[in-house]
Amino acid sequence: MGKRMGMEVAMAVAEAVGLCNIDMAAVYPITPQSHIAEHLSDLVANGEIDAEFVTVESEHSAMSAVIGASGTGARSYTATSSQGLMLMHELLPIASAMRLPICMAIANRAVSGPLNILNDHTDIMPQRDSGWISMFVENGQEAIDMSIIAFKIAEHKDVMLPVNINIDGFQLTHMVEPFEMPTQEEVNQFLPPFVPHATLHPAKPVTMGAFAMSDYFAEIMKAKDEALKNSKKVILDVWDDWAKIFGRTYKPVETYMADDAEILMLTMGSMGETAQVAIDELRAKGIKAGLVKLRLWRPFPLEEIKAVLKNTKKLIVTDRAISFGGPGGPVFSEIKSALYAEAQRPLIYNYIYGLGGRDVPVPDFVGMFEKVLADTAGKLADSYEFWGVRE
Amino acid sequence: MALKTWKELPIGCVVSEPGSASEYHTGSWRSQRPVWNDAKCIKCGICYVFCPEGCVQQGEDGFFKANLDYCKGCGICAHECWPKAIEMVEEE
Repeated sequence: MGKRMGMEVAMAVAEAVGLCNIDMAAVYPITPQSHIAEHLSDLVANGEIDAEFVTVESEHSAMSAVIGASGTGARSYTATSSQGLMLMHELLPIASAMRLPICMAIANRAVSGPLNILNDHTDIMPQRDSGWISMFVENGQEAIDMSIIAFKIAEHKDVMLPVNINIDGFQLTHMVEPFEMPTQEEVNQFLPPFVPHATLHPAKPVTMGAFAMSDYFAEIMKAKDEALKNSKKVILDVWDDWAKIFGRTYKPVETYMADDAEILMLTMGSMGETAQVAIDELRAKGIKAGLVKLRLWRPFPLEEIKAVLKNTKKLIVTDRAISFGGPGGPVFSEIKSALYAEAQRPLIYNYIYGLGGRDVPVPDFVGMFEKVLADTAGKLADSYEFWGVRE
Repeated sequence: MALKTWKELPIGCVVSEPGSASEYHTGSWRSQRPVWNDAKCIKCGICYVFCPEGCVQQGEDGFFKANLDYCKGCGICAHECWPKAIEMVEEE
């Protein structure tokens, strides 16, 4: 049984990573990830973790360093946010192509410009196609749990892929929350030692990240796609392993009051908890509203999404990022695409909200439901709207 | 070398054999091949020096030829050969 305690979530994430017997971390501090970087370096400097903490000069170097370290068979960790993630961008598909099980926390923050340090999902969405397993958390407990779980998923012999954990910047990273911190014994029981698929070692030389031309490139992309899709089986198994030890259950798609709902809303990350309160208010008024929370972004949980949405008449997809000049928010596009071939589809609405840290209180969620419920002719469906933007 | 299917690729395309690049015959990219006219060749070796692939070799008779397993047909040898002993010939 873990220890019940309260702490700032970013520091708790560093504590959780400290339980994972990491060999190295290369982290460049950036708001709102900085407290992960600072606390992890404290743990190393104080001798509480036996690991190398590499103080790099940029996020590009941070990702390069963890790629190199992971290639030697070291359990490697990094964390970043926003501009830092953008600077890592060119290396992300290389880490996944080399099948290096690096784990990274992303304290989600708006991407410049204009410069903004607050929370939305405009940093992770451009990384969608980089071949990483990508998941979202809703509160401090989930951030801690997923920081530990990520290593077991990433390092599984049938996966060997990097994992990013999306933790809403400030809304989660800077909150002091109560949670249960697993004990070292429990983590040791849960997390086996890292057995790499290959290692850079002079005694047995190998080449990683070699060159490939048109005769092999497509086969390599296909193999990577299959690896990422197949990782879902392991993700489900590892979440089951976690539930057996810790009693907390995770699913690719989670729901709240969705079974009999006639109208559903889909959220990702910390907004889910506020939306739940809105659902309670709507239910009290007799409206059959429900919530769908997308935890697993990559691999995309196609079957689970179809199953959850099959009976609903109206669906509100919320996005905290924009595809400028595109068909709507990135999550909206994916959900629409997932349901296109279904015989029975809901009307799908898209609200882009909470950008650059804009607060979205409960009445806003209620307002979205009310606006969609009032649209009896379905005129507003299949299009997107910036919620709450000043006209 | 038979091309592997996607299922046969090692995880992460790790190359486990040192020096295995020699098995990859980059000469298949070539659209022109260098042909030496030994009557014009003065055995200066400038083709050997300039070949970016290092695939020009000197025979026991002192004349040069390219290893066509690796010659990409770039034509640098023909360009640099001042006695004009090398002609680039279209591959059929």
